[in-house]
Amino acid sequence: MLYINCPHCGMRSQNEFSYGGDASVKRPELNKEVSDQEWDDFVYNRKSLRGKHLELWQHISGCRQWIKVERDTSTHEIFRTFKADEEVA
Amino acid sequence: MNQAFRIVDGGLVNRDKKLSFKFNGKSYFGYEGDTLASALLANGVHLVGRSFKYHRPRGFFGAGVDEPYAIVQLYRNGETEPNIKATEQELFEGLEAKSVNCWPSVNFDIGAINNFLKIFLPAGFYYKTFMWPKSFWYRIYEPFIRKAAGLGVASTKHDNERYEHKYEYCDLLIAGSGPSGLSSAYAAAKNGARVILAEDKPRFGGSLLTSDVNIGNQSGKDWAEGIIAELKTMPNVVVKNRSQIFGYYDHNMLVMSEKVSDHLPKTKKYHPNKRLWYIRAKEVLISSGSIERPIVFGNNDTPGVMLSSAAKEYLKVYGVLVGKKPLVFTNNDSGYETAIEFKKHGVDPIVLDSRKNPKSEIIDEAKNLGINIKNSYVVVAAQGYKKVKSADIASISDDKKQLGKIESINCDCICVSGFWTPTIHLASQSGNKTKFKEEIDAFVPGQSKQNEITLGAANGVFSLEETLKTSFAAGSKLSKKITKNDKDIAIPNVVEKKSSQHDKFWCVPLPKGKNYKRFLDFQNDVAVSDVEIALREGYRSIEHVKRYTTLGMATDQGKTSNLNGLQLVSEIENKVVPAVGHTTFRPPYTPVSIGAIVGREVGKHSKPTRKSPMHSWHEKNNAVFVDAGVWLRPRYYKMGNETLFEASKREAKNVRTNVGVCDVTTLGKIDVKGPDAAEFLNRVYTNAWLKLPVGKARYGVMLREDGIVMDDGTTTRISENHYHMTTTTAQAANVLSHLEYYLQLVWPDLNVNVVSTTEQWAGAAIAGPKSRDLLKKLFPNFDLSNDGLPFMGYMEADLFGVKARIFRISFSGELAYEVNVESDYGNFMWEKIMEGGEEFNIQPYGTEALSTLRIEMGHVAGSELDGRTIPYDNALEGLVSKKKDFIGKRSLQRSAFISEDRQRIVGVVPLDKKTSIPEGSHLVKDAKAPLPNPKLGHISASCWSVEYDNPFSLAILKNGKNMIGEKLFAMSPLKNKVIPVEIVSSHYVDPKGERVRS
Ligand SMILES: [Zn+2]
Repeated sequence: MLYINCPHCGMRSQNEFSYGGDASVKRPELNKEVSDQEWDDFVYNRKSLRGKHLELWQHISGCRQWIKVERDTSTHEIFRTFKADEEVA
Repeated sequence: MNQAFRIVDGGLVNRDKKLSFKFNGKSYFGYEGDTLASALLANGVHLVGRSFKYHRPRGFFGAGVDEPYAIVQLYRNGETEPNIKATEQELFEGLEAKSVNCWPSVNFDIGAINNFLKIFLPAGFYYKTFMWPKSFWYRIYEPFIRKAAGLGVASTKHDNERYEHKYEYCDLLIAGSGPSGLSSAYAAAKNGARVILAEDKPRFGGSLLTSDVNIGNQSGKDWAEGIIAELKTMPNVVVKNRSQIFGYYDHNMLVMSEKVSDHLPKTKKYHPNKRLWYIRAKEVLISSGSIERPIVFGNNDTPGVMLSSAAKEYLKVYGVLVGKKPLVFTNNDSGYETAIEFKKHGVDPIVLDSRKNPKSEIIDEAKNLGINIKNSYVVVAAQGYKKVKSADIASISDDKKQLGKIESINCDCICVSGFWTPTIHLASQSGNKTKFKEEIDAFVPGQSKQNEITLGAANGVFSLEETLKTSFAAGSKLSKKITKNDKDIAIPNVVEKKSSQHDKFWCVPLPKGKNYKRFLDFQNDVAVSDVEIALREGYRSIEHVKRYTTLGMATDQGKTSNLNGLQLVSEIENKVVPAVGHTTFRPPYTPVSIGAIVGREVGKHSKPTRKSPMHSWHEKNNAVFVDAGVWLRPRYYKMGNETLFEASKREAKNVRTNVGVCDVTTLGKIDVKGPDAAEFLNRVYTNAWLKLPVGKARYGVMLREDGIVMDDGTTTRISENHYHMTTTTAQAANVLSHLEYYLQLVWPDLNVNVVSTTEQWAGAAIAGPKSRDLLKKLFPNFDLSNDGLPFMGYMEADLFGVKARIFRISFSGELAYEVNVESDYGNFMWEKIMEGGEEFNIQPYGTEALSTLRIEMGHVAGSELDGRTIPYDNALEGLVSKKKDFIGKRSLQRSAFISEDRQRIVGVVPLDKKTSIPEGSHLVKDAKAPLPNPKLGHISASCWSVEYDNPFSLAILKNGKNMIGEKLFAMSPLKNKVIPVEIVSSHYVDPKGERVRS
């Protein structure tokens, strides 16, 4: 079970969180014309990376904040975590 | 029966407490502190089972977790448990156990015929033989295999034992309480670290209980007892015996199974049977020791052949002689330690040492005691069927290829030592890539992967002095890292006898003309010849050899067989062992009860049960409940001998004619607040929200980004910046997460907050033509006329002094209201409604009537909003705004979603107006068409229309828009029904929606 550092609450076990997928996906802005390809990329197409991956988790049984977690998908190592509005450098 | 093999005194068992037990129906006695194995051996019982494949007689091979043979079916306090190792099961008064793998009995076993037909059972036998003819599988092979194999029988009864889960955090978790575990625990604890020390056996001390060493000025055993006693007094230390750490998972999470009650005749009241510990440790010290490995020789599975360390443990811990004419067969000094113990207890052993001329203190001691030692000698084969009677022995050449003349010597047990294998399972599970250590012919942990360090014998260090030194140092260093304390802990002096180099010899060659089975894997009956076949047939990867032969795949995970298997492959392939590699160890290290894994989450406890504040009223009024998500909701209120069908019809009819009341507390409720709340709702829902006035409710549909309907419900504007959103019962949690996602990640600029208020409000839906009359009685001071509170209106009122919210919304399609009060007043509200409604013939109605009412109105619910439908499919396209953007809008342009013959909701009526259509039935054009019959749609919900008194269903039908009036067939192969039907509008009752506005 992963041990995730919630930027709001501290170290918590994975069973307090729910997974939210790739954090690098950006929703196209409202009312903007988007091509089928752009929309499909947003809704469906994901990279399924092996290695470092920035992903979303929600601290669902804690502060209920969505956070960003930088994790290695093959080793499960977690490098850094970020608040929802934090820029990832 | 007297304990003929128990020595007069000695051992750690409590001889003042005699315990009686039964094995295979026969009664015996043992002592408190015995295991089932030691007690049986004390009584001279060596035959405990039959082997898995050949059904050869099986005895005891080890004395602990490594035991491959002595697996029994245990009976305790009216329950039974399979797959119990007799070497681990502690004796208690009244214990009963039976052999497994034998039918009809351990002494006469039909399966043993396999032993004589073993030509049929080589490696890959199951793959090769049972493949054909195919029809034989179910009728002959499978029943035969099932009857003849297996490691016991699982109980089919409900398990009345209780199992607990516990979450724990610590600085240092130490696996194993041998010399290494004790030293590191002591050093760390003295420096203030929070320590958990886990020992799988009942007694702490590990090898110190059986080895002849001194630490400080006391025996190793006394030193261990002193350390444990001191650790137990320290508040920062938890010491746990009977506790096996069986899994090392990500981020230093380890799981331990504590046997709380298995050693007792009956679990104490309020105690669990087992407790599963989830331990998050900052640092992990693996001090799991090592397991002696066998030397392979002919018939080496005969009862009476066992590990020399096990024989020593039976003697020193339990005071039991495993034989009175022991033969010790060794390639290292450990065998001598066992021989010396035998000799000290008046039994004369013979030692066969494969080495030519070994010299060490231990060997000198053995010689001084007058023990008969034969160098360059090996056991060629054990003789005897159900018990060792003699051994064929021979001298062996220096290159270990030539055997001398075979001699037979009488013996009643053969104690084997082929040196030691570090127990690296936990390290391997942590992700550690292990490395081969040439000097000890075994793998040891390599570079640490997580925060784990392996110490002592588990790390291939067999010197006690070295182990203590490194373990004290590690305990101090790791605790210093955490507590910053740096107390110097004195390392005691160690007196131990130095050993000589072991012999890299592991398998006795077959003598000419003999074809003895030489077993590698004792639990799965894998012999040297099986691995040879696998390699001959082209299997190369050790992972493939393992699966083809089943070597190391039994419940003991090859604890005693893995390395010898690798040695064999390396010799045949002419590769060094590390080049052969070894298979990965996976948790659990040893079998864990399913009960322990499940814990308390059994039956009703597998999920929380939520009840509305009115639950007790429903109970008192004969409600029959149904699970709705995690909620319990009344399905119907039973009157007399009514069936579900009769009751729900009565309740629904009463809503259509008088007035009914339904508990709608379970609906999800979310408060949406903030200056941008309207804008937010406008983006979340498909319809327009910017112009909804205060005091008005609106029905809304929300989509996922892929265009599929996620949920629906009404949302009411309570005040300028405050909205009350409702969701379906099932989707409440998902919708909240969904809203939070958009507010926190996508549109953080919106000034809006959302919070669940589901449990803050109790809700009652009051529906029916007489509902307004009832409401007027409940709220006499408020204007409840059609103008005062119109359809989709909202009003704050007080219900006899209790603050109430009235929403004029309807799911039943009748004139209806939903009244909310704070949860604590739910029962009060309900009783007032029932009281006031009496004159209008009010009846409560459950979810079944609720379904009937909504189905015949064509209102969609979860069975239509099933994660596969878009607004159009549910005839909700009128709610999809063309002007504004919203979540999922872009997806609605996908070609499949706008195709002409897109599926759409319709009503379905059986032509005979009598036959109910099973939900899930397929709609087809031609009932007699050849399979696969093209499916046009499916029945999503069915009811008995109380309005028309005939069955009515909703369906999602391809090209539904143009199908009204068509005749189709509803087919349910599950219910074996073919029903001719007509397609009608989904709005079966009051299609213009006049009643809700009345
Ligand atoms: Zn948090």
